[in-house]
Amino acid sequence: MSGQQPRTLFDKIWDAHVVETLPDGTALLYIDLHLTHEVTTPQAFDGLRQAGRKLRRPDLTLGVIDHNIATDSSRYTGIVDPESRVQVETLQRNAEEFGMPLIPLLDRRQGIVHVIGPELGRSLPGMTIVCGDSHTSTHGAMGALAFGIGTSEVEHVLATQTLLQKPAKNMQVLVEGTLPVGCTAKDITLAIIGRIGTAGGTGHVIEYAGDTIRALDMAGRMTLCNMSIEGGARAGMVAPDETTFAYVRGRPMAPKGEALERAIAYWRTLPTDPGAHFDTVVRLAAQDIAPQVTWGTSPEDVLPITGIVPNPEEAADEARREQMRRKLQYMGIEAGQRLQDLKVDVVFVGSCTNSRIEDIRAAAAIARGRRVADGVRAMVVPGSGLVKAQAEEEGLDRILQEAGFEWREAGCSMCLGMNPDKLTPGQRCASTSNRNFEGRQGPGGRTHLLSPAMAAAAAIAGRLADVRDFQPKGGN
Amino acid sequence: MQAFTTLTGIAAPLPKANVDTDQIIPARFLKSISRTGFGKNLFANFRYREDGSENPDFVLNQEPYRKAEILIAFENFGCGSSREHAPWALLDFGIRCVIAPDFADIFHNNSFKNGVLPVKLPREVCEQLVEDARMGGNARLSVDLERQVVVRPNGEEIPFQIDPLRRHLLLNGLDDIGQTMQHAPAIDAYEAKRQAAQPWLAGA
Repeated sequence: MSGQQPRTLFDKIWDAHVVETLPDGTALLYIDLHLTHEVTTPQAFDGLRQAGRKLRRPDLTLGVIDHNIATDSSRYTGIVDPESRVQVETLQRNAEEFGMPLIPLLDRRQGIVHVIGPELGRSLPGMTIVCGDSHTSTHGAMGALAFGIGTSEVEHVLATQTLLQKPAKNMQVLVEGTLPVGCTAKDITLAIIGRIGTAGGTGHVIEYAGDTIRALDMAGRMTLCNMSIEGGARAGMVAPDETTFAYVRGRPMAPKGEALERAIAYWRTLPTDPGAHFDTVVRLAAQDIAPQVTWGTSPEDVLPITGIVPNPEEAADEARREQMRRKLQYMGIEAGQRLQDLKVDVVFVGSCTNSRIEDIRAAAAIARGRRVADGVRAMVVPGSGLVKAQAEEEGLDRILQEAGFEWREAGCSMCLGMNPDKLTPGQRCASTSNRNFEGRQGPGGRTHLLSPAMAAAAAIAGRLADVRDFQPKGGN
Repeated sequence: MQAFTTLTGIAAPLPKANVDTDQIIPARFLKSISRTGFGKNLFANFRYREDGSENPDFVLNQEPYRKAEILIAFENFGCGSSREHAPWALLDFGIRCVIAPDFADIFHNNSFKNGVLPVKLPREVCEQLVEDARMGGNARLSVDLERQVVVRPNGEEIPFQIDPLRRHLLLNGLDDIGQTMQHAPAIDAYEAKRQAAQPWLAGA
């Protein structure tokens, strides 16, 4: 349309989904895909039941079990933990009662909700996607508007296929240049959060742009968008392009044939128009990024692996000094210590941030021909049954197990401390997950966030280590 | 949902920034399928020691804050996960209002849906309110949603801003699903248009 204001990717998807605008500017926003899991839905289905409401669009809803299940073989013999079992059975019963499609626990497509959506071709460009989980931002990598919602909003979507939303502000994060060797999407996202802080994106939707982002594969884009919420933004997105279309093509639930070509023609209209307005712009030069690792209890507490633990006494004011002292005490570290001298007890490669086949390949490339250090428990948890199968076909499970890594069943695992995979108090973990909050991986657990390759390097070294010191070894 | 009009009660000081949802209610307590009963595990990692006994240093284990109905904290309260168990835990404990300089978006939304009022006030004001709260049982705060003011123990009134629609829903305890259901014809029409223009979005 001529004369129309240039719009961002977010603006375009938003505008295409407004059912009605209420007098105060709140939009009734249509939701194209609602993903559900066992933890944040039981109370929502209860609400429907009590009000005598039905699930409006079962066909736009998909459930999967991921958060609270064990990732060992016990899932094949029945869930041991009684509360977890009730929660899983409740989802199964609700799926049946309300006609919601559900991927069965023992199905090979089972996995982490934010891995399976794109993997199955269910999450598509241009969609609005929600789930009762803050890492729903992951699906923004498809060029979709995807964000986490609470259980009341889950109930609202189940009943109406819409949400009441106020428009967000637009933030552009522009990353340009060639990413140095040893750096990945995880290092980009940690560097961004280090720059903007954990509340930097509050009230915004982030669009990641620039040639560094364009060069990322879909798994990398998912890692990046996944952690948008750690920067305070409910959603992160990357404009759909040829990389996106190639990824979608041939996925089991994706459109096919002429429908796909029509869809792609539409998706090509979505990228941000030249001259569109961003409320905030943040620029990063890729060549300035080094492999990152967090030292504290917030994702913004991040440094290059070559760094040293910062000194609280150098903080700006007493409140911050006190806060930093508390972080160092909790983490069991001292100002001035080299990050590379911190010994680790556990290494976790997994979570919706980093459990895709590309992540497992990266870990295996470092692990190949090496051994996990004595006394370190290292585990690799694929994001889905399909990722697991693919890794096994490539022999990655063998490489990892020969190096001393545990090779486990798909699930959220040690990301969040609500299933049997947990840290014990005082344990230090090099983790590819997304949050290093106090107690996140288990009460008293100490989390250092990093990339899959960095995690594998830490497992081998028995301490936080610089992946650039680990040249991949050849052979099979 | 219980309506929120005015609240006068004890305020607990929690002068920390970035109080995340894993602090408010750790994930291991999210296995219940009901909305109630989370109060005993509110701030569990701070309230209880490893042996399960109460940590006397934590504010909510001290008198009079065991009966706190208001919480005063600093920036970015409720950051982290989307778990609505966070406001459920606050509510179940008895806290119906959190005052902080700002809130993480999802927590902010979730609070309104449960009759928990998040009030945004500048950091300096929150610091004053923390001092008020430290006076304990003699220093009750009032939060008046109708008039949009917080009343300090010394009688000073501090105005706050709030989204008018959310205020309306909260004052009247309205369920917004019922409101949205009134727009069913518009949703039907949108779906018909969507099906014609973007047939690939038809469900699986």
